[in-house]
Amino acid sequence: MTALPKIRLIWLGVTAALMALTLWMIFLWVPTEINQGNIQRSLYFHVPVAWIAMVAIVLVAVASVAYLKTRDEKWDRLAVAGAETGVIFAALMLITGMVWAKPVWGVWWTGEPKLTTTLILFFIYVAYLMFRAYFPPGEQRRRLAAIIGLMGAIDTPIIYYGAQLWERAHPSAVVGSDSSIDGPIGLTWMVATLTFSVLFVYVASERYRLRKQEDEVMALRRAISLQPSRTPSSSMDNAEPISSAPAGGA
Amino acid sequence: MLASLGTVWTLARKDLLLELRSRDIVLAIVVFALLVITIFTFAIELTPSRSRDVGPGVLWAAVAFAGVLGLNRSFAMEAEGSTLDGLMLTPVSRELIFFGKVLGNFIFVIIAEIVIFPVFEALFNISVLQIETIVIALLASIGFSAVGTAFAAVSVRVRSREIMLPLLFLPTSVPLIMAAVESTSVVVNGGSWADFSDWLQLAIMFDVIFVIASAVLFQYVLEE
Amino acid sequence: MISPTHDAPEILDPGAHPSGVIAIEASRLEKSFGNAAVLRGLDMTVRDGEVVAIFGANGVGKSTLLRVLATLTRPDHGNISIYGSDLPKQAEVARLSIGAVLHSPMLYGDLTVKENLTFFGKMFRVPGLTERVDEMAARMGLARRLNQRVRELSHGFQKRAALARALMHRPRILLLDEAETGLDEPARLILDGVIAEHHGAGHAVVMTTHSIERGIAGSDRVFVLSGGGVALDRPSSQVTSSDVTDLYGDPSLIGPGGT
Repeated sequence: MTALPKIRLIWLGVTAALMALTLWMIFLWVPTEINQGNIQRSLYFHVPVAWIAMVAIVLVAVASVAYLKTRDEKWDRLAVAGAETGVIFAALMLITGMVWAKPVWGVWWTGEPKLTTTLILFFIYVAYLMFRAYFPPGEQRRRLAAIIGLMGAIDTPIIYYGAQLWERAHPSAVVGSDSSIDGPIGLTWMVATLTFSVLFVYVASERYRLRKQEDEVMALRRAISLQPSRTPSSSMDNAEPISSAPAGGA
Repeated sequence: MLASLGTVWTLARKDLLLELRSRDIVLAIVVFALLVITIFTFAIELTPSRSRDVGPGVLWAAVAFAGVLGLNRSFAMEAEGSTLDGLMLTPVSRELIFFGKVLGNFIFVIIAEIVIFPVFEALFNISVLQIETIVIALLASIGFSAVGTAFAAVSVRVRSREIMLPLLFLPTSVPLIMAAVESTSVVVNGGSWADFSDWLQLAIMFDVIFVIASAVLFQYVLEE
Repeated sequence: MISPTHDAPEILDPGAHPSGVIAIEASRLEKSFGNAAVLRGLDMTVRDGEVVAIFGANGVGKSTLLRVLATLTRPDHGNISIYGSDLPKQAEVARLSIGAVLHSPMLYGDLTVKENLTFFGKMFRVPGLTERVDEMAARMGLARRLNQRVRELSHGFQKRAALARALMHRPRILLLDEAETGLDEPARLILDGVIAEHHGAGHAVVMTTHSIERGIAGSDRVFVLSGGGVALDRPSSQVTSSDVTDLYGDPSLIGPGGT
């Protein structure tokens, strides 16, 4: 525990420095794209954020499989951290995508496959997190959440494939506007992607740490729960899944 | 192998017998789906071309939303009488219990569709009773039953399971709903098999992947 | 009521398993629900030919323990083996040896008694199923109610049907969670008879009951649960009801939610 804060501090510093560099590059350094103008700068956020939203579901899936195999709570914490970070990045991706699409394509929303996939992925993250919020804490919640996370991750490439077919069947009226990705523009992409990846690791690991502390508090409460004066009787009723057995004879 | 199929059928037959007595599930799916379809006939002024444009979407949205209601019942009923515990006490492998429930739910969805499709055809004036759409309906129903059964089992222990199941089921089923809507569109606009083979492929892919994934994960759902 | 020297039963195969074989071995069981630790390192061993009565204050974990032994609930930690089959790995084998009557009858309300018994019998691949259903119905006094839906039966007859379901596959271990609650006298006699037969056949019975006198009189061994573990483990002949109540009288040992 004592060695950890130092690493966290360094990581935070690196993230902040990279973010400052990225912002400088996006807003001051990189030349304005000729066809789209200044609005194109939002893509330097949009694309890396989209990438992270996808990476996060892979993290959720890997952690969920590891949890089901080992039943070690740390994997569950990692899966939650992935989903919570994922839902934020998916939301950012959708917002930056819409902000960009309106002036360039003239519409807020199109059936572009990556946008569609991220939107559905966003709903999957939300369902995963809502399930966790509804379900009382414990082994059963960790296990069922792992199943939901895994099903969502399996679904993601299928959704993407479906969205591609859909776009082919309904070619949109909007004109594609591919811009070049070499020179300063390409370099800015790369730096932005790196920065957001580093940010993702930082945010996810902070969430992981917080989860761990919550679990430790829970464990302490459990350790004292057989002392009747400490725990109100209602706490156990709330904590039990509805269909499971009563804790003792009626 | 044969004995396993027998066990799956015994499980599904039990659900069919219960449904025959209570009529909870099929009736809920049929009535809810027909309500959705009827409301759309008021919400959209239906010209022949507009019917063909929006009809397939309305049909499959209605089936998906109504199906989720019925699937919810099929596990809620097992939980209410604690018969889920009774099933868990048997030495039958959890995969077989899963396939038994999927088969039962699949038959319910198909029976509901047998009622829904002709009524839809009459209200929207487009022909969906064709061999192509029947194949699409079968493929869609397999996927709906597999994913729906798995998620119904996941959400059965949640207090607000009526809310939770659609939130899990609908986003996951998006590729299957897309495939069903798009291929039905092609069919009602006069296209042939070759014109929607991509969508059929997507539906088959979804079915195979999720039948396997749900069956494997189901054992983890049921342990307590 | 129940005597260890009861005549050997006609249904269960007597002497198939010499008494003394370990039927249930559970060690260091832990189970918590949310923040509440219910089982905290519980150890117990039950041998063939034993009728074990489990007592304990409300909320102490008797039902949880029976669900764990029935393979329904997985302990967070600890090991259980049922006739040498380790849970949860060999649960499918273990389940063949377990018959359980828990709080709920675990029967389909809209199916008849016969349909329920036939269904569960098929799940256990019971040989000669039709005869077995009739045999169990006759044994439980359900013969005239075979074609009634379970929902329409009184509580007592539902319990009899649940007992029939639990015994369909001739389990070697019978788990009873307050099975006598709400039973009328004839049904109670049937239950006592079933326990005696099981015992006479050299099999194991683990039961919880709220009736301490009856429990002690009808068992070979007594466990009292307290503080998430076994606080007392003694032959029934050496236990008085005050030994039992003393252990749940101490409020500091009663878990949260207990009354």
